[in-house]
Amino acid sequence: MALRDNRFANINSLYNKQVLICGDTGCRSSKSDEMEEEIREALKEANAEEKIDVVRVGCFGLCEAGPIAVVYPGGKFYAYLKEGDGRRIVKEDLLGDKTIDELIYPESLSDDIVKSIYDVSFYTKQKKIAHKNCGVINPDSIEEYIALDGYLGLHKALNEMSPQEVIDEIKESGLRGRGGGGFPTGLKWQFTKDAEGSPKYVLCNADEGDPGAFMDRSILEGDPYSVIEAMTIAGYAINANYGFIYIRAEYPSAVEKLESSIKKAKELGLLGNNIMGTDFSFDLELRLGAGAFVCGEEMALIESIEGKRGIPRNKPPFPANEGLWGKPTLINNVETYANIAQIIYKGSDWFSSIGTEKSHGTKVFTLGGNIKRTGIIEVPMGTTLRDIIYEIGGGIIGDKEFKAVQTGGPSGGCITKDYLDTPIDYDNLTALGSMMGSGGMIVMDDSTCMVDIARFFLEFTVDESCGKCTPCREGTKRMLEILEKIVAGKGTLEDIDTLENLGNMIKISSLCGLGQSAPNPVLSTLRYFRDEYEAHVVDKKCPAGHCKALLEYYIDDTCIGCRKCARNCPVNCISGKPKEVHVIDTEACIKCGNCMEVCPTNSVHLR
Amino acid sequence: MSFTFDYEANADRLEEFESFIDKEKTKKGSLMAILHKGQKLFGYLPIEIQEIISKKTKIPIAEIYGVVTFYSQFSLVPKGKHEIGVCLGTACYVRGAQDVLDEVKDQLGIDVGGTTSDLNFSIQATRCIGACGLAPVMTISGDVYGKLKTEDIKEILDSYRNEEVKK
Ligand SMILES: Cc1cc2nc3c(=O)[nH]c(=O)nc-3n(C[C@H](O)[C@H](O)[C@H](O)COP(=O)(O)O)c2cc1C
Ligand code: SF4
Ligand code: SF4
Ligand code: SF4
Ligand code: FES
Ligand code: FES
Repeated sequence: MALRDNRFANINSLYNKQVLICGDTGCRSSKSDEMEEEIREALKEANAEEKIDVVRVGCFGLCEAGPIAVVYPGGKFYAYLKEGDGRRIVKEDLLGDKTIDELIYPESLSDDIVKSIYDVSFYTKQKKIAHKNCGVINPDSIEEYIALDGYLGLHKALNEMSPQEVIDEIKESGLRGRGGGGFPTGLKWQFTKDAEGSPKYVLCNADEGDPGAFMDRSILEGDPYSVIEAMTIAGYAINANYGFIYIRAEYPSAVEKLESSIKKAKELGLLGNNIMGTDFSFDLELRLGAGAFVCGEEMALIESIEGKRGIPRNKPPFPANEGLWGKPTLINNVETYANIAQIIYKGSDWFSSIGTEKSHGTKVFTLGGNIKRTGIIEVPMGTTLRDIIYEIGGGIIGDKEFKAVQTGGPSGGCITKDYLDTPIDYDNLTALGSMMGSGGMIVMDDSTCMVDIARFFLEFTVDESCGKCTPCREGTKRMLEILEKIVAGKGTLEDIDTLENLGNMIKISSLCGLGQSAPNPVLSTLRYFRDEYEAHVVDKKCPAGHCKALLEYYIDDTCIGCRKCARNCPVNCISGKPKEVHVIDTEACIKCGNCMEVCPTNSVHLR
Repeated sequence: MSFTFDYEANADRLEEFESFIDKEKTKKGSLMAILHKGQKLFGYLPIEIQEIISKKTKIPIAEIYGVVTFYSQFSLVPKGKHEIGVCLGTACYVRGAQDVLDEVKDQLGIDVGGTTSDLNFSIQATRCIGACGLAPVMTISGDVYGKLKTEDIKEILDSYRNEEVKK
């Protein structure tokens, strides 16, 4: 990225070279800490610490390739590093000026030319706004944040704009909430500003409950000041002097990073009394969740901050009028906030020029499942699923058949290959029976059983239902029982109808978004994969070959007739003459799996 | 299994806990922070600890109990010395996390939410820990293991087993 090259030329001209290492959770689990240590040690031994700058940055997005080290100038993208590779990079590249081809991310290397990290196809269709600093700056350094336009938005708001002008700018940008609902952000700010009562509060929803999504976490770990700055701007706009970030306790390093960042912002007068010498004061505090998905729902979140069980309240009144401790409260998602300072600084015209007519800007997704390149991506609204899955994600693992992509997590649904060319925005996804959600995107191939995936999500919601209202508490449990019956091969056609009816009933009669959306994974798989449900109940087969109760062992014609399987079968149900293909009597088979384990030619399979 | 709370062995921790409560209790909505602290100090939140909180904060014990049991991270039984979290988030699930979890349960002979009788291990099924790129993922005492195969589990568990339980 040119940005980084500039930064490198201007700010760090002291150093000859720079190496960026991702220190985010994903890479730390593939041992990036050790890699950083190794590089620092090797530099120390070579007395080269003064010449080469080692920077620990946030997530590059391509987490699957971790640990990652990017060397500037040039943006050379070293990936999948193992013990010892750090020393080689120091010795051969940083000090020896030689690129180590075999450690370069394969796709970055074509015809002996090493492309910069941001020129590989994973990045070319992306556009970074919310994630612009992730993988670029050292998240511990407020100076680096400031060097890349940080706090210019707040400065402009405080010095050149009235609170109403700030809100108008956000309204005009067309920014919609990134936490799932897609509510227009500017309008929400207006409601909270206009509400009677004081004090008012600014909340950040960093609960990120969608299991299989971590884009908010990577913002908090990779660019924490962007959220802190935005909340301060929000405080100014709605006339609040205090804010809370509600973050899930499962994210310990994000908690740590936020704590130290809040402290540093206070030291520099960017939080606290008289910010930037004006008469506006704003302070922030962290509050930790404790593992309850429903606490991502805004009313439950407010209850939880108050120190109670996270049980949703009736709406209205909305938080804008009666939120935390009954006071007007603004609540937005992490990614929503990460757009704010840039909109204020660069203007709403810039923002609304990106995306589609009704959905402006970009959206961050966590790309996971059976896809080659897993990680975090940020694309302009309107990008097609095909571009995301094949261009950015590199296609399906093992070049298998694409089956569906699940968006919106436990509240969302799936989209099939017929809709791969749909431009992604709020309205299109809803029309397809799925939803934008917070941005989890799980790709599934033909080995994924859609009935079992529906069961998986239902199990999740049954677990997480707070139990306040009956349709959600009892209805989802009934749905789960039926799904369990179906995957066990004991379902009937009536069960499928019951699922549909129950699902529609729960949707309309539940109190909060959890219950209202809990049946979505079932209803959407029923819509697109009804045949798969029917195969389970009528033919007693699992077309994906996943549901164990419905599988059969069989022997293919590669069998050499060694009799090993027959000798190991506890119920003697394998027959065949020596040196001839053997056959399993599936009626008698007890599915112990012995035959598959002992076969020397891998001729035993499940179907 | 029942566990008794040992006041004597926990004397120092109790002192630290009580002064933490005294410091926090005037803040609005501080119960969650107090419970987090207790969970961290004692490894669980037995009724004895809830009583201390109730006495100091004047919050009725029924309400405290309600909050403790609502959140999955607060526990009424002690966690093992090594807490194992197998991620059952969607990204991990479609890549075979259920098999990993089943293998861990088999190896240890306990169920999700359980603790081994030697207090060495406990298992939790966690939701996404934000390392989906490496799915399936599990954590043991904060160390993260990614791209797991069921064959790897035994060796990983053994590396924690070999340290004797110090009590
Ligand atoms: C069951 C449930 C879970 C939710 N979880 C989250 C979450 O983890 N993170 C989030 O930002 N919003 C979540 N939401 C949406 C919030 O209620 C709320 O709409 C959002 O924080 C508003 O912020 P936004 O307008 O910036 O999107 C959830 C909603 C429901 C019904
Ligand atoms: S819909 Fe479910 S989660 Fe929401 S309030 Fe009712 S029981 Fe609780
Ligand atoms: S699975 Fe077991 S019972 Fe069935 S054929 Fe193979 S060895 Fe025999
Ligand atoms: S073990 Fe394999 S090769 Fe031998 S008889 Fe059985 S199926 Fe055939
Ligand atoms: S965590 Fe390192 S690239 Fe995503
Ligand atoms: S789903 Fe397992 S780490 Fe995200």
